[in-house]
Amino acid sequence: MNKLNFLKPDNQNVSTYLYTGSFLFFIAVFDVFLSSFFKINITSFLPNILSFLLPLIIGVIGLHLIRIEFSGIKNLDLLNKNINTNNFNAVLTLLIIFIIIKSIPPIMSWFILDANIAGDTKEACTGSGACWTYIKIWLNRFIYGMYPNELQWRINISFILLIALAFVGLIPSEKLKKFLTLYYVVIYPILAFILIYYLISGGSLGLEWVETGAWGGLSLTFIVSFFCLIFCFPVGMFLALGRRSELPTVRYISVGFIEFWRGVPLITVLFMSSVMFPMFLPEDFFMDKLVRVIIAISLFEAAYVAEVIRGGLQALPRGQYDAAKSLGMGYWKLHIFVILPQALKLVIPGIANTFLALVKDTPLIFVVGLLELVGMLNLAKTNPKWLGFAMEGYVFAAIIFWIICYAMSKYSYNLELKYKTER
Amino acid sequence: MNSKVRKIIPQLITLLVVILIFGFFTFNAQINMDNRGIEFGFGFLTQESSFDVQFSLIEYDGSHSYARAYLVGLLNTLLVAFIGIIISTILGVIVGIARLSPNYLIERTAAIYVEFFRNIPLLLQIFFWYFAALRALPLPQDADSIFGVSYLTIKGLYTPSFVWENLNIFFYSLIAAIISIIVIKNYAKKLQENQGKQLPVFSISIGLLIILPLLTFLFGGVSLDFEIPVIKQLSTTGFIYEGGLSIPPELIALTLALSLYTATFIAECVRAGIQGISKGQKEAAASIGLTPNQILKLVIMPQALRIIIPPTTNQYLNLTKNSSLAAAIAYPDLVLVFAGTALMQTGRAIEIVSITMLTYLSISLSISVLMNWYNKKIAIKEK
Repeated sequence: MNKLNFLKPDNQNVSTYLYTGSFLFFIAVFDVFLSSFFKINITSFLPNILSFLLPLIIGVIGLHLIRIEFSGIKNLDLLNKNINTNNFNAVLTLLIIFIIIKSIPPIMSWFILDANIAGDTKEACTGSGACWTYIKIWLNRFIYGMYPNELQWRINISFILLIALAFVGLIPSEKLKKFLTLYYVVIYPILAFILIYYLISGGSLGLEWVETGAWGGLSLTFIVSFFCLIFCFPVGMFLALGRRSELPTVRYISVGFIEFWRGVPLITVLFMSSVMFPMFLPEDFFMDKLVRVIIAISLFEAAYVAEVIRGGLQALPRGQYDAAKSLGMGYWKLHIFVILPQALKLVIPGIANTFLALVKDTPLIFVVGLLELVGMLNLAKTNPKWLGFAMEGYVFAAIIFWIICYAMSKYSYNLELKYKTER
Repeated sequence: MNSKVRKIIPQLITLLVVILIFGFFTFNAQINMDNRGIEFGFGFLTQESSFDVQFSLIEYDGSHSYARAYLVGLLNTLLVAFIGIIISTILGVIVGIARLSPNYLIERTAAIYVEFFRNIPLLLQIFFWYFAALRALPLPQDADSIFGVSYLTIKGLYTPSFVWENLNIFFYSLIAAIISIIVIKNYAKKLQENQGKQLPVFSISIGLLIILPLLTFLFGGVSLDFEIPVIKQLSTTGFIYEGGLSIPPELIALTLALSLYTATFIAECVRAGIQGISKGQKEAAASIGLTPNQILKLVIMPQALRIIIPPTTNQYLNLTKNSSLAAAIAYPDLVLVFAGTALMQTGRAIEIVSITMLTYLSISLSISVLMNWYNKKIAIKEK
């Protein structure tokens, strides 16, 4: 038997090192596990600081012992390569494992074990954890805002119709396929506007009128992001083309427009739309504040979309332009059939990022007094019957926004893969 | 002739449309202002503002002018942006490098952090820190001290403040140190180019930066004292800390949220930059005998920085613009003080909103001009 050299484990005595090392590592994790889940400190006989650091020290020694080069065991080599390349990495690995173990009990108890969801008053919340009762009671308001309860079916129906209409593009035959772009760019927005104007806003066709100030919650988040998304894209496209134009006047105006909107924060744009913009309109002319906000956000995001699309236009080789021109295509034909399809394909990730930013910017409309999800949370938080549940509300909203944004970014990633063409 | 006309007509039409829109707006604004009896002008800036601001870097109260209030707001905005940029850069670089770590756990942790924080609206994060997390802090009288000198309470962070004597001498010594470092660096560069010798520039610089200011303490009459906050009872339940430096919770929540949010984007920039350097560069550098440190310093970093810096500057700009969300939690920044309170008092919507927008615009444009200049300077010279 070879001599054991604990400072430099080798592959001569693999099993000895492996068993000792794994045992020490296991002890370290077990100690943290006990102290975290059962509040038992098995090393309490030691001085405070040593008892605190002991699992880390034991763990590092354990990981050091199992760090055997060319051990001949596939899984061990894989483990060493991934989490245990040197002592510094071992320390970080252990710290992360310990933090995960330590943070599971408090998070679990806040979210589930000590949380309440039963009952419908504040008094039902007796546990030390979250009070999901608050979310349950306010859920209706968080989704529909101040929209009258008995009329909420109108929002539901229009949203279902909108989603259904969005999927119409999947149905038609080859013959109608060429109208798809026209459908999504022109007809769909118009249909959506008609739906929202007549169904959600009401005021005609025997439907009761609901002022936009009463709209709110998550449904307003969707309405605002939906319309801004639809409007900002074509405007951004024209700005991008304008910035690349050969005509100096068009180019300078586009550059000025883009740089102006990109240089100011959205909150000042919203301020402008609410306090300054009415001054610029004829006195008897009234524009609803929701419409003003949608225009403001669309123009703001259009500048960002324009820059993204310009990146795509610049990335195309000159040959594409020359080839199209040699076929006798004019400016618009050249761009619609040759340049834009390729450029837009290239910038899918950038556009998706801009749209994500747009969705994340919608809470800012609180500036003009429109209360979408985050605004409703702040309103509910100050309700004297439900004081002290800010945390639950924000966690709830964070989860919802996270799901929306994460789903969008994953979807854009799929789109990118789908439209990826070899060059 | 035909092609000339075809170029001029669209330009004329665009110009005409833009002029018409502007003319329409100005015309309406004129009528509206006449009807309300307001006259366009910036004379109000010199009037007495007669409102107070909670937190200010310069001396300010209600008797000062609106222009001064503007300056207070601007400085507060710049303060948040400055702190946020420093914290988010440090955090972003660490996370960005962690995402390239061979250690699976570290890489995953960094990825989860990035995916988590960048997919939640910034405003929601600010609200969370301000209304939920910081409200859970203890009252001033119950707060435990940090190292016996600082107190983190629901009313903000109280830390010792520095009391300097002869600060200017200390300052001069710092400048002297920096100048001598630059001189030494140039000398070292020449030495290497001419004779191939290398000076330990880094250790010399660190040494200079420490020794020169230290000398001023010994001989220059510079002294530094700490003023430690002390708790004081105002009434039976009201307590307050006196002395030292107090940082309001609004500032803490805002910088925390801004830094955590922006750091995720900076981390992605750093990752992309380092990944953008081809492996061949590293191998070529190693094959001509450079040490790992030299490879990083002379080959990898200069190229990676070229990719990293432009998008990172964009993130700094975003951070500065996002700091305007301060208005939501009543941190007195430019938007809240000027476009909020001052506008409410004077009713001069057009002037105030334009000044505010122009301020942000000039910050953005000046930084992007600087950036373009830098980009041109470091761009690879190709034929």
